[in-house]
Amino acid sequence: MAGPTIDALGQFTLTTGLGGLGRAVNFTNSNEAMLGAAVVVVLVFALGLRSRALVPGRTQSLVELLYEFVRNMCVDTIGEEGLRFFPLVFTIFSFILLGNLIGLFPYFFAFTSHIAVTLTLALFVFVFSTGVGFYTHGFKFLKFFVPSGVPSWLLPLLVPIEIISYLSRPVSLSVRLFANMTAGHVMWEVFAGFMLLLTASFGVLGAFASVVPLGLNVALAALELLVAGLQAYVFAILTCLYLHDAVHMH
Amino acid sequence: MRRVSTALLLALAPSAALAEGTMPQMDFANPLTLDQVGWMAVILVVLYLLLSRWGLPEIGKVLEHRAGVIAKDLAAARAAKVEADQAVAQLNATIAQARAAAQAEVAKAVADAKADAAAKAAALASQLEAKLAESEARIDAARAAALAAIKPVAAEAASSILLKLTGSQPAEDKLAQRLDDALAARKAA
Repeated sequence: MAGPTIDALGQFTLTTGLGGLGRAVNFTNSNEAMLGAAVVVVLVFALGLRSRALVPGRTQSLVELLYEFVRNMCVDTIGEEGLRFFPLVFTIFSFILLGNLIGLFPYFFAFTSHIAVTLTLALFVFVFSTGVGFYTHGFKFLKFFVPSGVPSWLLPLLVPIEIISYLSRPVSLSVRLFANMTAGHVMWEVFAGFMLLLTASFGVLGAFASVVPLGLNVALAALELLVAGLQAYVFAILTCLYLHDAVHMH
Repeated sequence: MRRVSTALLLALAPSAALAEGTMPQMDFANPLTLDQVGWMAVILVVLYLLLSRWGLPEIGKVLEHRAGVIAKDLAAARAAKVEADQAVAQLNATIAQARAAAQAEVAKAVADAKADAAAKAAALASQLEAKLAESEARIDAARAAALAAIKPVAAEAASSILLKLTGSQPAEDKLAQRLDDALAARKAA
């Protein structure tokens, strides 16, 4: 007899979503989750803006809290010029946060666990912040790679290091988010599969023993909730940091 | 049994599980892997436009309006406090003024009363003094009268005593002399 096996990676398989229409234009199940995330963000804004009360209700407080959180992050990290990039940072932050949170629900796709998605986002941030750097400072932006206050004979060593560390930014930015989300979801799946294996192998005894992986999954759920928020925050604040470097060059 | 031990191994080392199967994330032969990125770009652009043109400015307006209302209320409260402080200062000044006036009034009344009493006491004293002087004068007059009356009696008694003792009439002027001496001595004593 063929017992259950652990398929920890099947959850990341891309299929087409939205029925026949989606199949025709290759609209994937991850895009469904993205659309869901965007719709939730817009819906929360619409609900929060419904009353525009002087003393805000719950939904309005939530939206205002998010607004001020990201706005302060921009101003504190980039400076007053950061307000120009506030809508962009807010879009990225809310999109990743909702993507992470939606992915935590069973049967929902976690699109931030796809390296293609996170790498695209990270490359966009990288290219955009580099563009801002050249737009703000012209070719003087290249001085960013020449650390000030070091003896000139060290420069041939330091400049390549600076360039490599700059170029590795999109890699670390994308892999951090991708690896965190993937690892969490794989662990969940592995422990859940382990429960099925225990039950299939030891019957009633195994079913009772499954309490251990179940408890581990409950604990993991709390951890994953933290990771979902934290990684969205890390992605947003690093975006702000890169924009700070582009605007201020130090 | 054997399957369980492999499962244990897999559970303890998720990296082993990753190595075993191919990751769908790395399957770039699947056109969907890159197609999802295109749709993500579309969704993100729409989300960005909605948030930057509508959502965020509207929330900003709500927050700005609230900050304005709070600032206005604070300014009004501050003005009211200044006004109240002024009224309190004015009240205190009025009270101090009234107290000073009352104290002056009391002091004046006390001084008046004192002066009045002193005048009355002086008048009474002078009246008493006059009465005293008058009484003394009367006493002196009475004494002088008494002394004057005692002299002829004493002279008569002395001449009669001398007559009975000696049988001779004393000399009138000598007797008067001795009487005066005796009276003066009695007076001095």
